[in-house]
Amino acid sequence: MKTDRFSVLGLVCTAVTLILAIAWLFPIYWMAATSVKSETDTIVNPPILFPWPPNFDAFIYVIQNSPFFRWYLNTVFTSVSVTFLCISFSLMCAYALSRLEFPGRRLLYAALLVGFMIPFATMAVPLFMFMTRLNFVNSFAGLIAPQVATPLAVIVFKQFFDEVPRDFRDAALIDGANDFKILFSIYLPLNWSITWAMSIVIFIGAWNNFFWPLIVTNSTPMLTVPVGMTQVQSAYGVAFAKICATGVLASIPTAAAYLLFQKKVTQGVMAAAGLK
Amino acid sequence: MPPGESNRPERKRSKSSRTAWVLIAPFVVFYVLFLIYPAIQVVFLSLTNSDIAGQGRLIGLANYQELFSDQDFWAAVWHTVYFVILTVVPNAAVGFFLALLVLRLKRLRLLILSAFFLPYVLPVSVVTSTASWLLDANFGILNNLLGTNTAWFGDSTWAMPSVALVTIWWTVGFNMLLFIAGLQNIPNEYYEAAALDGANRFQRFLFVTCPLIWPVTALVLVLQLILQFKIFDQVYLLTLGGPSNSTMVVLLYMYREAFQQNRGGYAATVAIALVVIIVIVSLVQSRLLRLKPVR
Repeated sequence: MKTDRFSVLGLVCTAVTLILAIAWLFPIYWMAATSVKSETDTIVNPPILFPWPPNFDAFIYVIQNSPFFRWYLNTVFTSVSVTFLCISFSLMCAYALSRLEFPGRRLLYAALLVGFMIPFATMAVPLFMFMTRLNFVNSFAGLIAPQVATPLAVIVFKQFFDEVPRDFRDAALIDGANDFKILFSIYLPLNWSITWAMSIVIFIGAWNNFFWPLIVTNSTPMLTVPVGMTQVQSAYGVAFAKICATGVLASIPTAAAYLLFQKKVTQGVMAAAGLK
Repeated sequence: MPPGESNRPERKRSKSSRTAWVLIAPFVVFYVLFLIYPAIQVVFLSLTNSDIAGQGRLIGLANYQELFSDQDFWAAVWHTVYFVILTVVPNAAVGFFLALLVLRLKRLRLLILSAFFLPYVLPVSVVTSTASWLLDANFGILNNLLGTNTAWFGDSTWAMPSVALVTIWWTVGFNMLLFIAGLQNIPNEYYEAAALDGANRFQRFLFVTCPLIWPVTALVLVLQLILQFKIFDQVYLLTLGGPSNSTMVVLLYMYREAFQQNRGGYAATVAIALVVIIVIVSLVQSRLLRLKPVR
């Protein structure tokens, strides 16, 4: 749409946009600002908008008095494993669905689409029972396995592979390449962009997952950050600086991933919604 | 199926399918064990009186009978519908509005876009702890600004709207992105042609933008509807269903039946009921929106 740079309406719109953007960021700013206050400064009236100099007592307290570091390691390991396994398995499966003829291909694709429609939460109860039987409760296997089994990446990759000209595979076959080589040295490099985008989106989703870790873990050393932080928060009671410090620590990886790879996240989110 | 499939040479068919099986095996193993199997199991479970360890026996449709006369379940359905009403259309509308504002900008567009999208990448527990701090009854900055003393999450009138507000703040960036993509796909020639015909800015918006953005709007509404019916995390973290069960939603009810009341079979029944409700409402919705199949 064309913009009239000098119209009054245009100026008003721009002002509204800026005010809304600041309002939208304010809660995040307020969390960060509160985390560097002393506990007494958090509840004074009028509120201190710009805490200076920053006071890091809350962070030190949280790190020293809770297994936050352990939870961080748990969450990093879980989300990196989920991302790696989900992306590599999905690439292989999508390539087979897109390029190879095999009995059950249509059935598999239909099963993926149906699975895509079933809300994960509705399977939580039988899945938890299954995890109990496998002895996966409070284990990384329990945290990781169900998050790998999501059909989203397969569906997205298949759409992208479908658009690669078939001649590429036929030519490579004549040159003596097998399908593994064709996938990893032709199809994957041609689709680096979407692979990378989906990886970041799946990483953020796995890091932020709350529902499944809540169900499959209950021993303190096996919690992930999003679940663990709520446990320490309820122990703190009215201690807003500490509560906000846990929030800041928990947000760093995903916020950083977004701010560093903004375009990739956008691309991945669009592809996940079925828009390219 | 992809074009050109049928006239492909059918050579080495058995070798090709052996390769295919190897390629799909890792994913399919996980998919069958951790998605298909539990999805089938939930149906069997709903016909039993199992506890959460899976011990129990078949009791036929007794769980379903109980469900139909379970006041607490129907109250939870109503609370979920209330939440859906509070979020689906407002979240789409705010997303559309923000997309229009962001797309007007020449400079700073990416920066402003990321301001609206950033909350979406935060873990839900960060979102809710930030919200409970800002909306705290005694020390929250919102009550400070308004000069009030409202316990936003502790008051049965305000609790659900507050959870809805937090949800919109958290997730509207996603809808905004979809609308931005949709708006950018509208060819500029349409606007130019309309302008040549003498359409003013408002008319161009009404007769070019609105009809051409409709497919994206419909997509956003469908995605939102399914998503918001599955409300659990925010309510679990902010209100735990309270005060006096005013925010007890279906999935929280399922969670409570399963993990606190130790009734795995009945919880499975609640889960199935939720799927049925989502399917019915989605079908009605796509009729109403007169959706064409997506691409």
